[in-house]
Amino acid sequence: MDLPVWQALYEELKGHGFVVITVALDKSADDPRPWIEAARPTHPSLVDTRHVLADLYNIVNVPTVLWIDEQGRIVRPNDVTFATDTFRHITGLESVRPLQAIRDWVTGKARALDAATARRLQTLPSSDDQQARAEFGLGQWLWERGQRDAAERHFVRAGELAPHDFTIRRGTMPMRGMDPMGPEFRSMRDAWRDAGHPYYRPLPDHLD
Amino acid sequence: MTFTLLDAGRAVEATARIAGDRVTIPAADVERELGLTLTPEGLCGEGFCIPVADASGLGASGFDLAALARVLDRPLAVDAVAGAAYLGAASGERRRALGSLHAPDFSLPDLAGRLHSLSEHLGKKVLLVAHASW
Repeated sequence: MDLPVWQALYEELKGHGFVVITVALDKSADDPRPWIEAARPTHPSLVDTRHVLADLYNIVNVPTVLWIDEQGRIVRPNDVTFATDTFRHITGLESVRPLQAIRDWVTGKARALDAATARRLQTLPSSDDQQARAEFGLGQWLWERGQRDAAERHFVRAGELAPHDFTIRRGTMPMRGMDPMGPEFRSMRDAWRDAGHPYYRPLPDHLD
Repeated sequence: MTFTLLDAGRAVEATARIAGDRVTIPAADVERELGLTLTPEGLCGEGFCIPVADASGLGASGFDLAALARVLDRPLAVDAVAGAAYLGAASGERRRALGSLHAPDFSLPDLAGRLHSLSEHLGKKVLLVAHASW
């Protein structure tokens, strides 16, 4: 897990007017609790069981990282950023360069993206994406009330509407008796890749 | 039957007539729970009115939930059998908000249940990290 690295980055840079906010998209606080407690966060480390953040920011997978400046403006939109190289052999994504880019931005050695570039790199939600989130929201509410069969219908529908949204397709697996690290996940991911879609969609290396 | 409408996550109760997938909610419940009324200017809430081109399904006899969602341009997920529906956020609204580059504010709890908002950190650079146990 990357949380200890995000916590260390916060401690390293907090004197520069910097804060890290980590948000777990999980069905209950108990799911991320062991990882959050082990990281001993002094930064806000939050839990989002209803996917409020995913809805507001069009987040479709984890990890997703955004940079927000002092004026509350998005200066680098949703990107896939790993803080460790734990999964590098699978993802092909390394952590040293993005962590240095964050340091350079926070300490003023480098600028973030200009507004036009940030907009160009954003992925905005379609009406199907938002319909999928409504189906997820209904499914999650039904699941919390023990209506598992009804919940399943809406989780399935949500996945059909937004097959690229793994906060839904993978994130609901623990509510549906499926192992999100197990064979159901792997076959879902492999089918998605075989159809020509990347599982992670990082921003391009060169942004200008 | 008693029907639960989740208005962007906030649960409100209404009495509903259900026929197949069609859910009709009394106008009085829509006004009380959602703050919306049908007037000659359109569908009106606090400080806004949305013109209604086709008012079929909306009226004194009740509001068809699907017709209401269409007028509001919001996604609607319905489970008539379970007696619940979720009225989500419009893609147009989300696209405008994100396209403005103003980071949308949120309030979420930490493990102790204490709420934290993004807006508490105005004046600082914020690294926002979404992660999960799955």
